[in-house]
Amino acid sequence: MKLEVNGRPHEVDAPDDMPLLWVLRDLLGMTGTKFGCGMAQCGACTVHVDGQPMRSCVTPASAVAGKPITTIEGLAPEGGLHAVQRAWIELDVVQCGYCQSGQVLAAAALIKAKPKPTDEDIDAAMAGNICRCGTYQRIRAAVHRAAELNGENGRAA
Amino acid sequence: MQRDDDVIALPSRRRFLATTAIASTGLVIACFVPFGMRKAFAQDSPKPQPVDPNAFVRIGADDTVTVLLKHSEMGQGIWTSMPMVVAEELDCDWSRVRVEHAPAAPAYAHTAFGIQMTGGSTSTWESFEQLRTAGAMARAMLVQAAAAAWKVDPKTCRTENGMILSGTRKARYGEFAEAAAKLAPPKTVPLKDAAKWGVIGKPTRRVDSQAKVTGTAQFGIDIQRPGMLVGVVARPPVFGGKVVRVDAAKAKAVPGVVDVVQIPQGVAVLAKHFWAAKQGREALVVEWDHGAGAAMSSAALRSEYQGLAGTRGAVAKTAGDVDAALGSAAHRVEAEYELPYLAHAPMEPLNCTVEIGKDGCEIWTGTQFQTGDQGAAAKALGLKPEQVKVHTPFLGGGFGRRANPASDFVLEAVHAAKAAGKPVKLVWTREDDIRGGYYRPMWLSRMSAGIGEDGKPSAWAHTLVGQSIMAGTPFEMMIKDGVDGSSVEGIGTYLASIPNHRVDLHSPKSPVTVLWWRSVGHSHTGFVVESFVDELAHAAKQDPLAYRLSLLPQGSRDRRALELAAAKFGWGKPLPKGRAAGLAVHESFGSHVAQVAEVSVESGRIRVHRVVCAIDCGPVVNPLGVEAQIQSGIVYGLSAALYGKITFKDGKVEQGNFHDYPVLRLDAMPVVEVHIVPSTDKMGGVGEPGTPPIAPAVANAVFALTGKRLRKLPFDLA
Repeated sequence: MKLEVNGRPHEVDAPDDMPLLWVLRDLLGMTGTKFGCGMAQCGACTVHVDGQPMRSCVTPASAVAGKPITTIEGLAPEGGLHAVQRAWIELDVVQCGYCQSGQVLAAAALIKAKPKPTDEDIDAAMAGNICRCGTYQRIRAAVHRAAELNGENGRAA
Repeated sequence: MQRDDDVIALPSRRRFLATTAIASTGLVIACFVPFGMRKAFAQDSPKPQPVDPNAFVRIGADDTVTVLLKHSEMGQGIWTSMPMVVAEELDCDWSRVRVEHAPAAPAYAHTAFGIQMTGGSTSTWESFEQLRTAGAMARAMLVQAAAAAWKVDPKTCRTENGMILSGTRKARYGEFAEAAAKLAPPKTVPLKDAAKWGVIGKPTRRVDSQAKVTGTAQFGIDIQRPGMLVGVVARPPVFGGKVVRVDAAKAKAVPGVVDVVQIPQGVAVLAKHFWAAKQGREALVVEWDHGAGAAMSSAALRSEYQGLAGTRGAVAKTAGDVDAALGSAAHRVEAEYELPYLAHAPMEPLNCTVEIGKDGCEIWTGTQFQTGDQGAAAKALGLKPEQVKVHTPFLGGGFGRRANPASDFVLEAVHAAKAAGKPVKLVWTREDDIRGGYYRPMWLSRMSAGIGEDGKPSAWAHTLVGQSIMAGTPFEMMIKDGVDGSSVEGIGTYLASIPNHRVDLHSPKSPVTVLWWRSVGHSHTGFVVESFVDELAHAAKQDPLAYRLSLLPQGSRDRRALELAAAKFGWGKPLPKGRAAGLAVHESFGSHVAQVAEVSVESGRIRVHRVVCAIDCGPVVNPLGVEAQIQSGIVYGLSAALYGKITFKDGKVEQGNFHDYPVLRLDAMPVVEVHIVPSTDKMGGVGEPGTPPIAPAVANAVFALTGKRLRKLPFDLA
C-alpha cells in the first residue's frame, strides 16, 4: 500500500489489518509515535490524518492509504519547532516524555481548530491523552502559551 | 547540612584515576569517589574498582561538557539536575553541557546502596558530594594545565562560564582539555560554600525537552538492531502457573512470525514486527497448569487478612502498655483501612532488547536497576557481569516497576534471544503490564486508639497485614525479627507523642509478585495514619490542623511543612458552597510534605479542585524540578486514590488496560500549588514524597464535606 507520511510517499508491504502505529514504528522506523495501550485509551500513538488527530494504534494503515499523515517527526518543518513544541519547552512540560509526542499532536490539532482555546476546550481535547508523570498542569498552561505563540506567528506572517 | 569549611579531605583509600584520553576529540576526566557505605544486600554485587570507565565528566576539544549520568532518567529530571551539580563546581558554559546515561559499571554504584540503581528518591543526595567533587576536580586540572602553559601560579587563575582567565590571558576549556588529561588529579579539592552557589538552586529548564517534544528521544521500545526479531510472551494467566504443552502451528502460520520458543517464563512468539508477534500469540495454543494460585480471589484474600488482623503479628514498634491504656481510655476509636494491589502502569510498556555475541551480551532496556539486571543476565548466560553491556535509553516512566530484583523483563528477553539465536526485542502489551504482577501489595490496617479527657491519644495500636516486598529477594536479609521495614515505614508520625503504642505486622505469603510502587510502604501508611489521626481529631472535637499541631514537636520539619501549607491554603477561611478541605502531612525519603486538598462531590463523584502543598526537602538543586515532581507525585497518588485497584478472581487479574484500570486524566487535574520550605536541613528526595499525603488529604476533605469516612482505596462513596 502507499502511505504519505510527513509529505513523503512510502510503499509498504503490510497486512490490511496492521495498525498504522506498527507500520510507522516497525516498518518505516519512525519511532516518535508511541505505543501505550493498543486500544485508543491513552493517546500516546496520536498522529494527524488529513489534519485531524487519530489514534494510530487502532487505525489500520490500509484505511488511511493515500491520505496525508503527519507524525511528531513531521509536525514542524525540518530544523524548526511548532508553536506547541516551543511552548512545551518554555514551560518545562515534559517529564519521562513518553506520552508527549501524542500530547503535542493533540494540542497542535486543538489550537488549529480553536486558536484561542478555553480551559474547557483544553480539558475536552486533551482528556484522551494520559500522562502517568502527571504533567497536566503544565500542559494546560503550555496549550495557552502555544496559542499565544501561534497568534504572534500569524501576525508576523 | 554542613556547609562550612567545605573542603573535602580525601582519605587515602580514595583512589583517583589518572585521566585517560579516549578519543581524538576530547578526554575523560575520571574520578572515583567511593561509597559512603555498603549495605549488606549489596555484597553480591561487583566490587567497585578504581579503574576506567569511572567517568562522570568528559570535556571535548570543542568545549562540550558531557556528563555521564549514573542514574536513570525516567521523568524525575536528573538529566538536568545532576549536571547542574557538576556544573556548579566546574564553572562550565551550561549551554555546552550534554548528558549521556553511563554504562553499567561498579564506578557508578549508588554511594549508599553499593549497586547501580535509581530509586528510593535518593539520587540527588547520594551523589551530591560525588558530583560536586567530580566537577571541582575537572576544573582544578584544567586550571593546572593552563597555569603550566602560561607559566603562572594556578592561584592567579580563575574560571568562569567555560573559560580560564589569568591576568590578560584567557582560554576556553576545550583548549586545555587534552593537557589536563595528562595531569594527576588533585588529592583534595575545595568545594564552593553554599552561599556562593549560582547554579544549584536556580530554576533551570530541562535539557531533554527538545528531544522529547520532537519524537527524537530514544526509549527502550524504540531500539532497533540489525536482524532483530520482535517478540511478545505468553505468560501464565495465573501467578505460579506453568506451561504443560504448546501447539505453535497456528502461531507460526501467521505471516511475519519467525519463531516460537519456550522460555522459563512462558512462550515467546518472535516475528519481524510487533503486530505479527501479537497476532501470533493470539493464535498460539498453550495448555497451562495453573497450580495452587487458581483458587485465589480478592474476596478470599480479604477474609484471610481480616482473620490475621485479629491476631498479634511481629512487633515492629512498641512502648508502654497499650492494652491497659486502651482499656482505661476515656474514649476509644477503632477503624479498619484497606488498600488494594496496584500496578505501576508506566506509559512505556516494559520491554528489553538483547543481542548475544561470541564474547558477551548487550542489553538495551529502560532499567532502574543496572547492577541487578547485568548480574542476572550474566548468570543466565554463564558470563561474567563485565561481559554484559547494559545500555540505558530514556525510561518512559519507572515508578519502581523498572527496579526489579527478579529482573523479570530482562531475563525473558535474555532467554528468548538465547533460544532464537538472534537479537530479540520483547515488548509487553498494556495487558501484559497490568496483569504481569510486581504490584504494590494489598494492605489491611486495623487501628485502635484511646483518647484521654484532653482529647490527646493515650494509646495507639496498629496491626498491618500485607505481603513483604523484600521476602524472597536478595534484600531478604534486611528483614529483622519478622519485620520488613518497608512494610511499616511511615507509621510513626505521631508515635513519639503517644506514651503507649504498638505496631505489629503480618506478612502473608502469596503467589502474587509484589514490588516497590512509588513511595513503597508510605503509599499505604500515609493514608492510614493521616486518616486515622483525622478520626481522632474528630472524636476529640478538635480542628484537624490544630490537633495535628498539638501532637507534632515544636520546630519539627513536619510541622513547618504543615503550617506553611495551611497558611498558603488559607485553612479555616470560608470555601465556596459545596466544598470542603482536608489535610495531611507525611515524611518519606527524608522529605516532609503537607497537602491541603479542596474537594466537592458532584453526581456522587469526588472532584478535587485544588491542592496546596508544602515540602521541606532540605537544599534544593532545581526548584522547577521539585515543583514538577510534587505535581507528579500528587497525580500518581490521586490516580490510585480515585481509581486504582488490581483484583483477582479464579486466580486471574480482572483488569487489563486503561479502560478498567483508569488513571487520572487532564480534565480531572486539580490546580496544584507547590511551596518549598526554605531549609538548610538534611537533603531528602522529591520523586516519591509527593504521593503519600494526597489520598488522606482528599479523604479527610470528603469527610469534612459529607461526614462519610473513606477507609478503603480506591474511594467509593456508595
